[in-house]
Amino acid sequence: MTPREAVAAVVDPELRVVTIDELGILRDVETDEHGHVTVTITPTYTGCPAMDVIRADIGAALRAAGHGDHEVRTIFAPAWTTDWISAGGRDKLAAAGVAPPGPSGGPVALSIGVRCTHCGSPDTEQLSRFGSTACKALWRCRACGEPFDAMKAY
Amino acid sequence: MTTVDYVLRLGDDALITAQRLGAWYAAGPEMEEDVALANIALDQLGAARLLLTYAGEREGAGRDEDALAYQRDAAAFRNCRLVEQPEPDFAAVIAKLLLLSAFQLPLYEALAAGADERLAAIGGKARKESAYHLDHSTLWTLRLGDGTDESHERMQAAIDALWPFVDGLFSGEGGPVAPAAIRPAWTSTVEDVLKRATLSVPAPVAEPAGERPHLVELLAEMQELHRAHPGARW
Repeated sequence: MTPREAVAAVVDPELRVVTIDELGILRDVETDEHGHVTVTITPTYTGCPAMDVIRADIGAALRAAGHGDHEVRTIFAPAWTTDWISAGGRDKLAAAGVAPPGPSGGPVALSIGVRCTHCGSPDTEQLSRFGSTACKALWRCRACGEPFDAMKAY
Repeated sequence: MTTVDYVLRLGDDALITAQRLGAWYAAGPEMEEDVALANIALDQLGAARLLLTYAGEREGAGRDEDALAYQRDAAAFRNCRLVEQPEPDFAAVIAKLLLLSAFQLPLYEALAAGADERLAAIGGKARKESAYHLDHSTLWTLRLGDGTDESHERMQAAIDALWPFVDGLFSGEGGPVAPAAIRPAWTSTVEDVLKRATLSVPAPVAEPAGERPHLVELLAEMQELHRAHPGARW
């Protein structure tokens, strides 16, 4: 397994259905002529507590694939945006009950047409802009009455 | 050239805000608000960690984010006094967050386009979060200000109590963006929100001189573990 394949398969510790590659957290994997691997990641939110776990999981994945000589760099620019979540990642989020984000547009993009992850109805309302993790908001479906998480466009 | 004090000022503003907001976890008016305040506290802590790390590197004396957060006395903190003020009720939390985020958002935006690359990266990241903080505090200010007689009274009292500390937001220099340059944008945002919330904009009041008992008390709690067990780790 190449270093890139090993790291790309690491799952997000809080959204365990998607990988850090699909989320856009993984920015680069480089291997120099001595076999030293440099992984570059960027956090979703500045205070995201999952970053330490992600760094540890990347290290474990590389060691398991036989690439013990590695380092993990964290960069902040360009700033992460939900626009970097892949199409496949969006589908997986939706299937796991987290409504995927719309286009980020501005600093606080109004989420248009968030569909209920239970019944698919577009008749939904936001209960709170802040959810169980920094990247999610809490929504409710007016059709089936169930609450659900939606990833904030960011 | 960015000074250490300039970076410390911004980092300390964020750190003290995170500590104050953390105290509201499980004490908000509804569960969603506990989650919201904890999220905002985490954002502020995230920005504080980046800024204090950078301040330590600029200083070049080997102090990291933890040394700066846990091993300085009140006199060495550079935060504006607004953020250390006590929060006797929820209106005070919202009033302070409104006054602060209306400052942090345009400041981070200006830093993102500024000459200091490191501050530009931090500003570019933190501004997205500040936008949510301003949005959240604006919605609550409208709801409380234009709510019941009691919520209106409390919201106005909270704004009045914090107003003497507004000037302090715009003091300081030594970085790519002078805090004073943010004032016109801040005034326009805050006056618009207060007006829509049927609240009045207080007359200018001078900041009271003297000791900073609230900061001393806050630090005593925040630094207690680290001072009792230096170098303790989870």
